[in-house]
Amino acid sequence: MKPDLGLYDYLPWTERPAIRWPNNAKVAFWVAPNIEFYELDPPHNPSRTLWARPVPDVLAYSERDHGNRVGHWRLMEVMDKYGVRGSISLSVALLDHHPEIIEACKQRNWEFYSHGIYNTRFLYNASEAQERSILEDSIASVKKHTGQQIAGYLAPALTHTERTMDIMAELGLLYTCDLFIDDQPFPVNVKKGRLISIPYSLEMNDIIVYNTHNVAPRRYADMLKANFDRLREEGKRTGTVMCIPLHAYAVSQGHRLKAFDEALAYITGHDDVWVTTGREIAQYYYANYYDEFVEAIKRFKTKYPPRA
Amino acid sequence: MAELPESYFKYPLRRYGMDHDRYDWSLLVRRKPVSWPNNARIALWIVPALEFFPLDMPAKPFRAPGGMQLPYPDLRHFTLREYGNRVGVFRVMDVFDRHGIQRVSVAMNSKVAERTPYLVEQIKRRNWEVIAHGVDMGRLHYGGQAEAEEKALVTESITTLRNLTDQKVRGWFSPARSESANTPDLIAGAGIEYFCDWVNDDMPYAFRTKNGVITAMPHQHWLSDATIWFGYKQSGEDFIDQVQDHFDVLYDEAGKQGGRIFALTIHPWMSGQPHRIEFLERALAKIAHRKGIWQATGAEIFDCWKAQQ
Repeated sequence: MKPDLGLYDYLPWTERPAIRWPNNAKVAFWVAPNIEFYELDPPHNPSRTLWARPVPDVLAYSERDHGNRVGHWRLMEVMDKYGVRGSISLSVALLDHHPEIIEACKQRNWEFYSHGIYNTRFLYNASEAQERSILEDSIASVKKHTGQQIAGYLAPALTHTERTMDIMAELGLLYTCDLFIDDQPFPVNVKKGRLISIPYSLEMNDIIVYNTHNVAPRRYADMLKANFDRLREEGKRTGTVMCIPLHAYAVSQGHRLKAFDEALAYITGHDDVWVTTGREIAQYYYANYYDEFVEAIKRFKTKYPPRA
Repeated sequence: MAELPESYFKYPLRRYGMDHDRYDWSLLVRRKPVSWPNNARIALWIVPALEFFPLDMPAKPFRAPGGMQLPYPDLRHFTLREYGNRVGVFRVMDVFDRHGIQRVSVAMNSKVAERTPYLVEQIKRRNWEVIAHGVDMGRLHYGGQAEAEEKALVTESITTLRNLTDQKVRGWFSPARSESANTPDLIAGAGIEYFCDWVNDDMPYAFRTKNGVITAMPHQHWLSDATIWFGYKQSGEDFIDQVQDHFDVLYDEAGKQGGRIFALTIHPWMSGQPHRIEFLERALAKIAHRKGIWQATGAEIFDCWKAQQ
């Protein structure tokens, strides 16, 4: 184990090139629905126990299945209302289990990126070949079922190895969602090729808000609006990114959906917001800012060389 | 750390549908619309839970929410829970009476029926449906439990409740929604027709068991007094807002997709406190008097749904 994987260099908020988004938008706004399959009785990973209760954990399993049977449809209808295309963090096996959901996303021209094969298979202790096979499977399966070349990855259940970012870059992926350290994209240090991080906020993540912080739905809507207001204000100086990661099994419950609907209406009601997808943000950043940020990092490192 | 075996990343159940055979994969939005009596949009299913948390509860393999937390004898939590059966439930009944909520299903541990015949008499007098809610909150059904041990619990719960309430007892709700892999088979074998543990749908669906097909009824878990107040520690007003918002979403959806079910569990040990009862009453007042409501028991909703399948 290491104290730090050295995945990025320090470049503080105050010392960066200014980002300008298309049409001078202040905030690049993207919504990332997690469309996931959780298994009832997956194999055990020695580093982490999956379900809180002994198998079958009916409560946890069926809670998640609600998203697939009921929730995604409700969420799609709300997002349609405000012209928001989803960037889907996809359990790739769901292509096989529930193709009807995939079809509805394709019709909406939503982006698919990989969230592993199942959210119940953890990468802890995986070999390099095993980890690479997850991404190769993801690339091939999404291509086959949707025609899309995946650009991003959010590790299943946020389970990583020291090699995750290198393997992504090697396989030509554009962005990772796994680093929660910034409100802008930034270059990730990889052995070969290029990779960037784009913000995928755990603070705005419905599961964290509802199940970790136990926030009431209308307060969640307030949090979303406050987060947006601040990033929009700061976006006058340099473009920011706001992501709302969602799980239909949480946000699409009847008692929670209305509050989210109101927050989405508020955010998309501004004309200086770029309502976009993960891939589009990544592509724009590579085309316009990647090199400039790499230079800025070099200059900053020279001026403030780390002593440890 | 040893590397994972190759089998860890093999997926024998990666296929169309579910990763088990208990029920079919089905999108709610694609199902045949269901009609309730008088073209109601919402079947309103109110379910008070009458529970006994024994002072010596085994808490195996985990402690049910609301269970004892302190060294024996934990009179603090024991009496707070018993408060519901002694005082709280009568406040809840008053609220029902004031808002015309008459068709009620009570989820009852069989120990409560044995310990408090007075409550059984009240339930009979009010003609409430009794749903078997296991033996008590200390005796859970769980993965790894010996089948004979679990079968004895199922039999004790259902037989006791049938004997003491003179009802058929058609519904089942596991304590703490905890099941073993055998639970659906065992309850179906005991003559149960519907159960309330699985929270994956907003409408009923068919569930296979070794003893025939039973019905999984949608029974909200994340929106109940115990989840909102005891679990999340949210405010009284937060509970009212969520009841209102849930109702509105289901009501709108019912206008487009056919009848929906609003199931609300009420724990008298939580809602029946003097400072909370007002919030329960205000929440129910917002939904119980709406047009397009069919106030019904679980068995009545189940029968109505079943007749349309």
